[in-house]
Amino acid sequence: MTIRFVLMVNKQGQTRLAQYYEYLTIDQRRALEGEIVRKCLARNEQQCSFVEHRNYKIVYRRYASLFFLVGVDNDENELAILEFIHLLVETMDRHFGNVCELDIMFHLEKAHFMLEEMVMNGCIVETNKSNILAPIQLMDKAS
Amino acid sequence: MANSSSIMDSFFQRSLDDLIKGIRLHSPESSTSISSFLSKSIEEIRREIKSTDPQTKSTALLKLTYLHSIYGFDISWAAFHVVEVISYPQFNLKRIGYLAASATFNESTEVLLLVTNQFRKDLSSANDFEVSLALQCLSVIGTSDLCRDLCNDLFTLLSSTRPYVKKKAIAVVLRVFNKYPDAVRVCFKRLVDNLESSDPQAVSAAVGVFCELSLRDPKAYLPLAPEFYRILIDCKNNWVLIKVLKMFGKLALLEPRLGKKIVGPICEIMEKSMAKSLVFECIRTVVSSLSDHESAVKLASVKIRELLAEDDPNLKYLGLQALSDLATKHLWAVLENKDVVLKSLSDVDPNIKLASLRLLMSMVSEDNVAEITKVLVNFALKSDPEFCNEILRSILVTCSGNYYEIVFDFDWYVSLLGEMARVPHCQSGEEIESQLVDIGMRVKDARPELVKVGRDLLTDPALLGNPFLHGILSAAAWVSGEYVEFSKNPFELMEALLQPRTNLLPPSVRAVYLQSTFKVLVFCLQCYIWQREEVDASSLAGDLTSLGIDSKCGLQSPESRTLSTHGAIANSEQNLESAIRDSNWPFEDFDNQDALQENHTSALSETEISTQDPVVKLLNLTETAVVPLIWSHEVEVQERARNILGVVQIVKQDILGVGAMHETSGKKDFEVCEITNLFDDLFEEELGPVSVNAQARIPVPADLIFKDNLTDLDLIYSDLQLSSSTSFSLGTSRSREEDNDPLSNGQGREDLESSTISGSLLAQHRKRHGLYYLTSEKDETGSNDYPPATESKYLDKNGDEVNDLVKLTEQSLTIKKRQNHAKPRPMVVKLDEGENFIPAKKLEIKDELLSGAVRDALLENEEVSTSSKFSEAGKPSVERKGKETLVIDGPPDLREHSVTADSEVGNSSSRRSKHKNHSKERRQHSHGESGEGKEERSRKEKKKSSHHRHSRHKTQEKQGSSNNASNQTPQIPDYLL
Repeated sequence: MTIRFVLMVNKQGQTRLAQYYEYLTIDQRRALEGEIVRKCLARNEQQCSFVEHRNYKIVYRRYASLFFLVGVDNDENELAILEFIHLLVETMDRHFGNVCELDIMFHLEKAHFMLEEMVMNGCIVETNKSNILAPIQLMDKAS
Repeated sequence: MANSSSIMDSFFQRSLDDLIKGIRLHSPESSTSISSFLSKSIEEIRREIKSTDPQTKSTALLKLTYLHSIYGFDISWAAFHVVEVISYPQFNLKRIGYLAASATFNESTEVLLLVTNQFRKDLSSANDFEVSLALQCLSVIGTSDLCRDLCNDLFTLLSSTRPYVKKKAIAVVLRVFNKYPDAVRVCFKRLVDNLESSDPQAVSAAVGVFCELSLRDPKAYLPLAPEFYRILIDCKNNWVLIKVLKMFGKLALLEPRLGKKIVGPICEIMEKSMAKSLVFECIRTVVSSLSDHESAVKLASVKIRELLAEDDPNLKYLGLQALSDLATKHLWAVLENKDVVLKSLSDVDPNIKLASLRLLMSMVSEDNVAEITKVLVNFALKSDPEFCNEILRSILVTCSGNYYEIVFDFDWYVSLLGEMARVPHCQSGEEIESQLVDIGMRVKDARPELVKVGRDLLTDPALLGNPFLHGILSAAAWVSGEYVEFSKNPFELMEALLQPRTNLLPPSVRAVYLQSTFKVLVFCLQCYIWQREEVDASSLAGDLTSLGIDSKCGLQSPESRTLSTHGAIANSEQNLESAIRDSNWPFEDFDNQDALQENHTSALSETEISTQDPVVKLLNLTETAVVPLIWSHEVEVQERARNILGVVQIVKQDILGVGAMHETSGKKDFEVCEITNLFDDLFEEELGPVSVNAQARIPVPADLIFKDNLTDLDLIYSDLQLSSSTSFSLGTSRSREEDNDPLSNGQGREDLESSTISGSLLAQHRKRHGLYYLTSEKDETGSNDYPPATESKYLDKNGDEVNDLVKLTEQSLTIKKRQNHAKPRPMVVKLDEGENFIPAKKLEIKDELLSGAVRDALLENEEVSTSSKFSEAGKPSVERKGKETLVIDGPPDLREHSVTADSEVGNSSSRRSKHKNHSKERRQHSHGESGEGKEERSRKEKKKSSHHRHSRHKTQEKQGSSNNASNQTPQIPDYLL
């Protein structure tokens, strides 16, 4: 399993999206999120985007008020994960048009669908924006 | 009625948007109101979700899922509703159901039993997206039962003509294999086929699955190396290439010949690719798996330097990490970038600092360890507390690794430990403590230095104020007591062990101090007795001074305790004496017995002093300091204090009695001798290290009954808690002392308040050490008078300091010729060497099952050709070549045999027979279980493998021209072609 979880957290440390690829109980999740947010949000722009935590690495990136945090295995390629985060943001940008925190709040399920298209079992399976968005657009049309 | 209410619900139901808006309205206010709003919403949802209207129900579920994923509400109660929503025919609603299922179901969800059929239905749906939903959900919640039941459906989807479905099906395989390893027998072939698919999405997904699988057990996937190689050459997708590189990183470690093959393409990618992530993956592969290929390593180090030169902290961090992987084999690469590494020690980013510290530590060898640690300890003094401790910790770990493997000069290391203990912010007390004791026990030759370091630590009263250092002090006390024969000045040691500020120590450490006091005391008495015997023998007091003055009294081995070396010991006794003369001994003030001498000034005492005087003083000192402790509530402290006091008082009476009789009576003397010898014998036995496994080696006695239930203990503990909660104090027990202590002869000392005793003690002690001239009136705890041991010297670093650092390390990091050490490395006692008592980590059973199944699947692949292959193993090489391509999918060692059979007959035959058995088993298995199905499949496989062969020939032709040059050695079969 390469990607263990994807988190989106705002500046205040509130979780906006949490997708786990391994089963954790709610308490475990709370604890994990708390620890990670404390660690990552304290860092500044001049510091690198990688943090070691417990037995895995966290790769994070900040876009405006939102932090995107991805927990990965130790031998995962950090730069590729940074690219993955960027791809995710670009995809959401394309769909919502200049995506912001509110878009993700109000369309959480769509954000989840996009993630589902991109990642399965913790593996990145789709990296083409049009392919990722195709099913979501179809669903929008249907409803 | 019910119906109308549900219609009302659906009319007035809040949508998810409404819910979120409601939450946002409440969020600025206090948390109580939002929690009440949320619980109200949950109540509402509970009502709505029971609705029979699909729209209402699914909207309620959507809201619930939202609350679960953001606010962490437990919604396992709604599991059955989730199943219901999944079964709706409308896609939009079904989607909500699957989302909720992915988010909330887990292995223990009971309703999972109910979804199998719904899954099956959706998997066979004509709507791609419905299939995708089910697959997606399966990849998250699939249990072993679910995976087993849906295995066949998945098998059909793996060769689906719909690329979207196929891609998802491939990705799900990973979950299915993990949960239900037997699925490998069914699906593995098709999964492999997808590696050759013309559809890039399918290839990408399949590579992802293999990448995950091979990370766990790379060996099983070696036979697939040709497929991966083809992808490495042909694929243009960076994401896929990264995964393939990861796999090769693992495989190349197992099969060295593979390295030769892939090093070319990897270097090419490294040079040409613009994608940093891909280049970095290449670097990582080279560094971790291809470090024997000089050219590749050179190129990688160039690339690493480029990374380090960038301003981007991310690249810098990764560059440092790659370097540290390279350090073990190619130190030159690190040295080339030495400046960057050292500068990174003071980077703004703690992670980068840490990486550069690790890198430095990885460069440490027994030749440069002294210099590097010196630089680092100096640097630690200037860094922030957190990083300072990180430095100390890594030094401790590195140096102690494998029984102090890299430490050659233990005197140096022991003094380094002492130095580290004094670093402000030091929090590694525990580690230093255990290492001090450990070295004492394991390395005989280090003991004199240990005692010296221990003395320095013990005599520094400032250290007592820092709770982090108490462990170190305890170790120092223990070492000083245990190896007191190396001490230059036992009296000073005694004074340090009994100094008033020891009341700052926790009881456990105090107990160690007392025990050490005991040992030192016994040693001194022993010396005294021997010395006196000597005097008696020579009956000339003047001889005493001329006795072996220049012999090094401080450096005797334990054997010197035997009577044959009296002279040297007498000498140390002399030291003791002179130490007392030097000191302004405070106890004279309140010692009745010495009243006579007290009247004469100390100037006179020098001439009048008799040999027993120092001992009497020593005894008095001990007595004064220990008496208050016999009322300690800590049992360890109390017991030891009483022991000491008992001995002191017996011995003192004896010695004084002897003194009064001018050494005429031999009987009393004899008694002291006997007591001292008795205790000396007690401490003579050397304490050694204990094996970690010692306990496990002792068989449990048959008649020993372990109590499972230890509740009885609570009763005892509750009593204990009451009594031990109050710790001892100096002043309270005065009156009792007078009544209960039969050994104290009502001397004047008892009339004094103990507070004044310790007050004057403190003053004397300070004066002696010339440390702090503060008023002695106030304070007996001394908590304020001394500056804290961890005096913060944290200064803001600037560029100059970094440059200094660079300069400092200029020499230390260059590779030196191995120095000729002046003295041989002292012996280090090791106990557990070569003993692996701790059971090796077992592979997870699941993993074993999985890789076993994969091996079987791959063998099955090759089963067709094995029989013919073995019969033809000895044929000329031309024919063999044709055979090779036939069995290309077999495990590597099989193919190895076909070629190298002549050269390593003995070795390979056994292996081969193992494999034969294995494939036989497989065959029996397949015949026994599902005869026809298997037959059919193997026929299919035959077709498939011929297809493989074909395509491989093509690639061979393609690659042939470029690789001709490297294929000079006919002995080694061309692994990939």
